[in-house]
Amino acid sequence: MRLMRYLLSALLLYSGQASAECLTRGTGDMGIVIERAAGSVQVVDRRAHRALFRIEGLGDLSHASAVYSPDERYAYIFGRDGGLTRLDILCGTITHRIVQGGNSIGGAISQDGNLIAVSNYEPGGVKVFAASDLRLVADIPATPVNSEKRSKTVGLVDAGEQRFVYSLYDTGETWILDMSDPANPVIQKHEKIGQLPYDALITRDGRYYIAGLFGQDGLALLDLWHPERGTRLILEDYGKGEQKLPVYKMPHLEGWAMAGNRAFLPGVGHHQVLVVERGEWNTLAKIPVYGQPVFVMARPDGRQIWVNFAFPDNDTIQVIDTETLKVVKTLKPGKGALHMEFAPRGEEVWISIRDKDEVQVYDTRKLQLTHTLPVAKPSGIFFTARAHTTGL
Amino acid sequence: MPRTIAVMTALLIAASSAAVAADVPPQRQAELRYLLKHDCGSCHGMRLEGGLGPALTARRLAPYGVDFLALTIIQGRPGTPMPPWRPFISEPEAQWLATQLKQGIRP
Ligand code: HEC
Repeated sequence: MRLMRYLLSALLLYSGQASAECLTRGTGDMGIVIERAAGSVQVVDRRAHRALFRIEGLGDLSHASAVYSPDERYAYIFGRDGGLTRLDILCGTITHRIVQGGNSIGGAISQDGNLIAVSNYEPGGVKVFAASDLRLVADIPATPVNSEKRSKTVGLVDAGEQRFVYSLYDTGETWILDMSDPANPVIQKHEKIGQLPYDALITRDGRYYIAGLFGQDGLALLDLWHPERGTRLILEDYGKGEQKLPVYKMPHLEGWAMAGNRAFLPGVGHHQVLVVERGEWNTLAKIPVYGQPVFVMARPDGRQIWVNFAFPDNDTIQVIDTETLKVVKTLKPGKGALHMEFAPRGEEVWISIRDKDEVQVYDTRKLQLTHTLPVAKPSGIFFTARAHTTGL
Repeated sequence: MPRTIAVMTALLIAASSAAVAADVPPQRQAELRYLLKHDCGSCHGMRLEGGLGPALTARRLAPYGVDFLALTIIQGRPGTPMPPWRPFISEPEAQWLATQLKQGIRP
C-alpha cells in the first residue's frame, strides 16, 4: 500500500515536472512581470490573463528591466545587483545567468539581436555580451571621476546600424558605441551635453536620442542621422520662473510618448505633462496633472496618454486625450502604481500595483478594470512585442 | 581609562538611540522601513547598496554622524537628486532612520 502511494506520488511529481516542460505555442501574446522584492519573474499569457510560470533566483530586481530576443523566446533581465539572466519563456527556465557588475541600470539588445549591452553604475561603464550564451564581448569603462570612481552610465538604448547609445551621469557626456565589428568597438564621444543626465530615450524610428538633465533646465538632443552635428539643448526655457518641486522619484524617459508629430513627456519637478512638437522641439502646451509624472505612455494608436506619478501620488493614474489635451479619466488603482504596459495594439493596459500585490488590466476604450492577477510586489511588465521595437 | 570612555560612549549612544526609538511608535517604524525599502530604494537600491544615489550601508556611512545624516534626509541636498523629506518625515523620525542606517538596517 505504502509502495503504491510512493509510486503514485512519484508519478504525480514526474507528471508535474513533465507539465513544467516546454510549452508548444507561439509567444506573441506572452510577457513577463517582475516581482521586484522576491527576485522572481512571472511569465504570463497576456490574452488569457494568467501566469504560466514563476521563475525564481534572479537576485535584486528593484528597477529591473528586460529585452527580448528577435524570436520572442528569450527574455534578458537586467537586475539592480548587476545580474544578467537569460530566460526561456516557453520552458519557464533560466538558461544562463551571470553577475556582470556591482550595480547596474538597464540594458539593450542590438539591432541584429546578437549582442546584449548592460549599463553599470558601479563600476561605471557598459559591458557587451553575446546574446546566445552571455559570453563577454566588450568592456567599455566610462570616464573616471576621480582615482576610485568612474562616471555612472545611464539611458542606454539600442540604435540602428548596430549601435548602442548611452550617457554618463557624473561627467555629462553621450557616447555612441558602434558594435558593427564586435572585436573592434568604435566609440564616438559627445562631451559637455549638459549637467547630470539621468535617463534617456530614443524615438521609435531610432533617429533622435534625448537625455533628461537633472543638473540644469532642458534636455540634450542628438540626431543620430547626423551625429557629427553634436548634441543640442532643447526646452531650455521649460519651467523658468516656476518653482520646481522636489523630485521623489526620477521620471522615466523610456516611455516617452509620441502621438503623431507631438511628444508628451514628464515635466521634471512639476505637476505637468509637456507637449512638444517634434522637429522644432518647442513646447506646445503644458497639461496640469495630479502629481509629478514618472511614466508618460501613449496608447499604441496615439489617441490616449496614460500617466503615473511619483511618491506620494503613486496611487493615481490619469488618462489624457491627445486631441483635446485634457485629462479624461482619473483612476485610483491603489498605492504603488509603478509600471504600465500596453497590449501591442492598445486594447488593454496592464498596471503593476505594488502595495496590493497585483497587476490590474484595464480596457482602454471603456477605461475600466477588467482583470487582476496576483503578483508579489510587481514592478516592470514587458510584453514580447518589444522584440521588434527599437529602444525597447 | 580609554576603555571606560568607550563603554561610556557606547552606553550614551545606546541611551540616545533608545530615546529616539521611543519617540517613534512601532507602527510608524514599520512604515518608515517600508518607505526606506521602496521609496528611498528607488534611488539608493532596494537593498540600499546604491543606485543613482550612493549606498546607505553602515560601512559607507561610518564617517558621518547621525545628526548630519538626519539633516540630509530632512533637507535633501540641493543641486543633487536627493530631495528634502521634511513633508513626510519628522525630525525624530529622521534621527531614527539615520540611526538605523548607521546600525546597518536591511529593509
Ligand atoms: C530621487 C532620488 C533619491 C531618493 C528618492 C532618495 N535619495 Fe538619498 N540621495 C540621493 C542622491 C543622488 C544622494 C547623493 C547626494 C550627493 O551627491 O551629495 C543622496 C544622499 C543621501 C544621503 C547621504 C549619503 C552620503 O553618502 O552623503 C542619505 C543619508 C540619504 N540620501 C538618505 C535617503 C533616505 C533615507 C531616503 C528616503 C527617505 C532617500 N535618501 C531618498 C538620491 C535620492
